[in-house]
Amino acid sequence: MRGDAKSMTVLSPRSAAEAVKAYAKSPAALPFAGGTDVMVGWNMGQLNGRAVLDLSRVAEWKKITVVSDGVDLGSLVTHAQIQAHPVLKKRFPLLTAACATVGAAQIQNRGTIGGNIANASPAGDTFPALAVYEATVRAVGPKGRRGVPLVEIFAGVKKTTLKPGELIEAIFLPFPDKTPTRGAFRKVGTRAAQAISKTVFAGLLWNGKGGVLEEARLAFGSMAPTVRRLHAVERFLRGRRLNDVSITAAAELLTNDVSPIDDIRSTREYRLRVSRNILMAFLKGELK
Amino acid sequence: MIKLTVNGKKISFKGAPFKRLIDALREDLALTGTKEGCGEGECGACTVLLDGEPVNSCLIPVCQADGRKIETVESLGVPEKLSKLQAGFLACGGAQCGICTPGMLMTAHAHVRSKGKCDDKSIRTALSGNLCRCTGYQDIVKSVLKAAKGGKK
Repeated sequence: MRGDAKSMTVLSPRSAAEAVKAYAKSPAALPFAGGTDVMVGWNMGQLNGRAVLDLSRVAEWKKITVVSDGVDLGSLVTHAQIQAHPVLKKRFPLLTAACATVGAAQIQNRGTIGGNIANASPAGDTFPALAVYEATVRAVGPKGRRGVPLVEIFAGVKKTTLKPGELIEAIFLPFPDKTPTRGAFRKVGTRAAQAISKTVFAGLLWNGKGGVLEEARLAFGSMAPTVRRLHAVERFLRGRRLNDVSITAAAELLTNDVSPIDDIRSTREYRLRVSRNILMAFLKGELK
Repeated sequence: MIKLTVNGKKISFKGAPFKRLIDALREDLALTGTKEGCGEGECGACTVLLDGEPVNSCLIPVCQADGRKIETVESLGVPEKLSKLQAGFLACGGAQCGICTPGMLMTAHAHVRSKGKCDDKSIRTALSGNLCRCTGYQDIVKSVLKAAKGGKK
């Protein structure tokens, strides 16, 4: 059974306020932004008979706003818009790099950052970057607004902690207090373009005084049901010198925070080995 | 009612708002140049330009194209007068079985028109969302390069 257009009801709010109201009135409606993932299921006939909350006319959520302490990304900002933004390129290069690996131009022109998050795929390519930049997701619903740290918005595979009636209005990226000494993004898929990640990494680190590491923020996607910060590795490295011994010991702690599985895209063993190599290369300064 | 501008022509679409753009183009507007490959946004065969940017028409309900400009392969040239890009594909053997060709042409058209860098690398990046199962990539890239160079003269 293919998608049956006649079976669908389309709700078309013209503003953020209308969107929240329409969603409260039709809680079973499916919020719909760029549609790059939803339409795949729809084409297979999985969503026939549903009501769709088409957010494409909510102009307020399509803006990138630079403020004094960070950048506010409207939820409907596309992956292409993010890549083209000069402030994001300069201050949040891991995010712009991640956006460049999502599908190809056709998907980047349509897929939105808010849709990517709401879709909650374990393989979301932007999530490790958003996690190390400590982004906050701002949800809006009938009861008002609230901010949720990016890593806490995900409840599991394709599940979020958004409450009934809540929609994502923006993602806030705080400017780091100090410029990181080093940062890297790396995605490993079957091929360079149009691939879904087997593992995806973002890392930032700050060197402190006396040759020791002040702070590291490390995150992997596709390595657990949700994006994971490597808390154990980060804690271990704080205040240490980075050398072969400490880096090898740190890499041993990888599995404290990730638990990859065998699936259609890869195996647990491959994911762990490649991720360990990526982590070690990053800490050695060899990941370009 | 949904209003579309397709290849410069204003059109009122009266069908189901969730009909896919590719189906509206092919079935309602008889613009069958746009091809469906995978139907899941992987292959790029169905690429059209929405407000000038390449998109997969199999992933867009027509209601999201309301008030917007759509360009399909039919906007490029006619057999008697090919566009530079089409002539490039013809000269360099850029088409084999032909299913990916309309999508390749539209993505390449947007890239050449963008007036950014148009070299081997940028063409490959721009076309990375268009798959050719005949694997004729070398000649496709050559075709685009030829058209881009010709355009500067």
